[in-house]
Amino acid sequence: MSQNETSVKLSSIVERVYNTLTTGEIPEILMPSRNKDNIVLDPKYSVWKYGSTTVARSAKTVDGAEYMVKLLYVIDFINEMIREGKSSTLREMYYISEGWNLGKFHTQDESNMLAEDLEVISSMMREDFKLRPEENGASVIGNITLEEKTRKGEFKRINCKDDVGDGGYPIPYSVESDKLRFVGADAEYVLALETGGMFDRLVENGFDEDSRCILVHLKGQPARSTRRLLKRMNTELNLPIYVFTDGDPWSFRIYGSIAYGAIKTAHISDYLAVPTAEFIGVTASDILNYDLPTDKLNDKDIAALNAELKDPRFTSEFWKSEIETMLQIGKKAEQQALAKYGLDYVTRTYLPEKISQLAGR
Amino acid sequence: MVSRKGTISEFREASISEFFEKNRHILGFDSPQKSLFMIVKEAMDNSLDACEEYQILPEITVSISKIGDDEYSIMVEDNGPGIERKHVPDVFGRLLYGSRFHSLKQSRGQQGIGITAAILYGQITTAAPTYIKTKRESDDVAYEFELGLDVKHNVADLHYERPVIWNVPHGTHIAIKAKGKYQTGKQSIFEYIKECAVANPNATFHFIDPDGKRYDILRVVETPSLPAIPVKPHPLGLEVGEIMIMAKSSEAPNMKSFLKMEFNRISDNVADEILEKSSLDKSKDPKQLSLPEIKLLKEAFTKVKLMPPPTDCLSGLGPEFIRKGLKSVYGENKPSHYSKPISRPVSIYNGNPFSVEAGLVFGGNLRADEPIRIVRFANKVPLLYQPGACVITKSISEMDWRPYGFDQKGGTGIPFGPAIVFVHVYGIRMPFTSESKEAIASVPEISSEISTALKMLGRGVKLFLGKKDRRQKVYEKFRLVSALLPEIGRKSAAILGKPSPELDPVISKIANVVFVTEEINKQDDVFNITVRTINYTKNKVSMKLFADPATGDDIPQNLQWEIDSLEPSKEFSAQFSMPAIQDYQGTNYYFTGIDPVRVQGAEPLPADFGTGSVEVMETEDEENVTK
Repeated sequence: MSQNETSVKLSSIVERVYNTLTTGEIPEILMPSRNKDNIVLDPKYSVWKYGSTTVARSAKTVDGAEYMVKLLYVIDFINEMIREGKSSTLREMYYISEGWNLGKFHTQDESNMLAEDLEVISSMMREDFKLRPEENGASVIGNITLEEKTRKGEFKRINCKDDVGDGGYPIPYSVESDKLRFVGADAEYVLALETGGMFDRLVENGFDEDSRCILVHLKGQPARSTRRLLKRMNTELNLPIYVFTDGDPWSFRIYGSIAYGAIKTAHISDYLAVPTAEFIGVTASDILNYDLPTDKLNDKDIAALNAELKDPRFTSEFWKSEIETMLQIGKKAEQQALAKYGLDYVTRTYLPEKISQLAGR
Repeated sequence: MVSRKGTISEFREASISEFFEKNRHILGFDSPQKSLFMIVKEAMDNSLDACEEYQILPEITVSISKIGDDEYSIMVEDNGPGIERKHVPDVFGRLLYGSRFHSLKQSRGQQGIGITAAILYGQITTAAPTYIKTKRESDDVAYEFELGLDVKHNVADLHYERPVIWNVPHGTHIAIKAKGKYQTGKQSIFEYIKECAVANPNATFHFIDPDGKRYDILRVVETPSLPAIPVKPHPLGLEVGEIMIMAKSSEAPNMKSFLKMEFNRISDNVADEILEKSSLDKSKDPKQLSLPEIKLLKEAFTKVKLMPPPTDCLSGLGPEFIRKGLKSVYGENKPSHYSKPISRPVSIYNGNPFSVEAGLVFGGNLRADEPIRIVRFANKVPLLYQPGACVITKSISEMDWRPYGFDQKGGTGIPFGPAIVFVHVYGIRMPFTSESKEAIASVPEISSEISTALKMLGRGVKLFLGKKDRRQKVYEKFRLVSALLPEIGRKSAAILGKPSPELDPVISKIANVVFVTEEINKQDDVFNITVRTINYTKNKVSMKLFADPATGDDIPQNLQWEIDSLEPSKEFSAQFSMPAIQDYQGTNYYFTGIDPVRVQGAEPLPADFGTGSVEVMETEDEENVTK
């Protein structure tokens, strides 16, 4: 979305408030309710979306009025950044709000939440607002060529196999087409990895070249830009996305957020989620089949697994049986547990086996 | 079992002194710290009792000085009626000698034991005699004495007695030397004096501690307290042994007159009925009653219809004393709420009339994260020891305080909150747990009366806290219309580059009331308070505003303002100052002359309810209009 469009959209929100006031009425802000009960699985795209419940924040109450003051300050701040061609992190905005008097945030959670609300209200993305998340993006290694807009405003061409070091190509906070363009890729699929250790192992073993794939390091629960990049690789380059994580309930959630979206970002699931993403492992069956070293499930793990049994994202037969198996054996395993059989085992044996199984499914 | 040979009085005199010498802990002299405290307490109780009896406003001086390693001289001086010279040796030097021993009366002191035990303790621990000086109004001179106790014969061991010039109208001065340990803190002598001041706001106290530091607590009430009326014992309130003693020492020639003379509520007819039910002879000499016969008599008491004992024989402190007493002693905590003192009607347990009074102060500088402070009184005397054994503490622990806004884990135990709770139980023959009268025994009737009083206090706190909540709500709404909405208008206009919108219509939609709000500016230890009255209605308003700084006094003239024809959206402001306190809960604002539903931040002046001076304003209420 162009910067001018962003400003116009934000101004229309302000205008609604202003015009309501001038007609002597109490202004209010309408938006979809952002609590769990209002998250539905969109059958058309099989991603999570907000349902039809809306909430109104009215200036009739102190809370509503405070909210509106903060929202106005945030909009003003975004407009200023757009005018000056700057961007800031969410944390910087939280600190800048110190000087906002009545619009001051009490916690960073509050300011993060408000930025998300503003996305929902305006149906725009945080990237349009020039607001960056704190976490630096994850990295990519593989035979894909792209162009990134530099500080000088020129597009620089980068091949993520030949033009990068061992750390790979770092994903910038915004990967929208005004910042990043694909030139082309020579790969059969994208392999998204949870841990840095596994990413480095596959890079060292040359797995990307041997298996003609693009490796993406997720860095735990992936940042929005990482998920957005996976989405664009999937839709624009027609690359299947395979997710390879540890074998525990939290890693299943990482897969869930890639494939179906997360509650916090349900308003932009269309942008972020890749419903066709496949989960490679580590699965509960892998723990049994490959006889992997394990840790015991703790109480929190068990609670999370039970919650996932009720989670609409994990209703398929595959997930049901995997989660139940894990509960039954009471064990979890890390992806690096495969090193039990040697450093090459994961690239020579495990991944080829698992990927051919997927292709055959 | 009482020996049948010899009279009761012989039995008493032969062994009581020795007995107490061996068992002094029974009287509370069980540790060096407590012994000093007991001496002061016994002397002060006597002073206050005597002043009450003679309707004198008490002035009592207590002075403790160190005279040796662990020896102290304890001096207590009062402005009481003084003691007749010939009675002094008996009053101070004989155990169980006292005018009160055979008549029942609500009193502070112990029946002829307390002060003598204190003198005895001094004698045992230091071998020094006690010095007494006393003057009656009718005498020209005072008399001074030095005496000890002849324990064997239970008489005074008088060293000297001589006239002395003492320039007071009347009074008594006693100085006892004793072994002990002086301590400060919760169970200290000064604490006892402070609590005495709560129960006796009409008394002035001076205290000089061993370092020579002097403390004065001045009286805040100028009326003497009401003395209790002595009554005969009610038949249902007596034990077998007590009836025995009464029978043995009675002057009555026969059973019928014994019953009529010595007991309360026994009329001619009832006496006949009792004798009939107990099959005792009317003409029998009561001194000749055997133990089985006395048991028969006691049983017969329960078989006849007896009127309950009279209740006018008790004297409580009364609401004014409680409020003023709490205020003068605990006022330094700047409490934000004084509960209305509770005075329960007189009840009866086992034929003994008793009653309960209670008061409470809340908020101010009192700590909210600590257990509430419990101030216990029995017959106008503070109880400092054995709180755990006392029915007052137990009743407080057993009550669920959570509904009244206190923190209490699981609804039992001493609740936490910024409060001091004062409970006074008074009656004839109070059921103490021991001779030293440090705790009241758990009698169900007393417990239930205390609980009732506590619940009434709790409701007061809850109402007060509710008011605080409402004040908070008003403050929030005020912030909404005075700060947040203008900011929304200003900021949205600034973003769009347009003029700020006119907000009055929106504000009166949201508010449509007259707001009373205060702003506090702290300067050193003074609060400068600005109270603003803003008219957010569409009509002119006139009203009278009162600021009540919650001191419990009447509202002074300078805290009353006439507000005349205040235009819509205009404000009236007034300033006043008060000493700063921590945890200030806000002043109470009251108003008259305007419809209460149209005002937020103040309440109708309590006396103004239903006086009809209400100005009805006709505007439709748009608050509840929803889209």
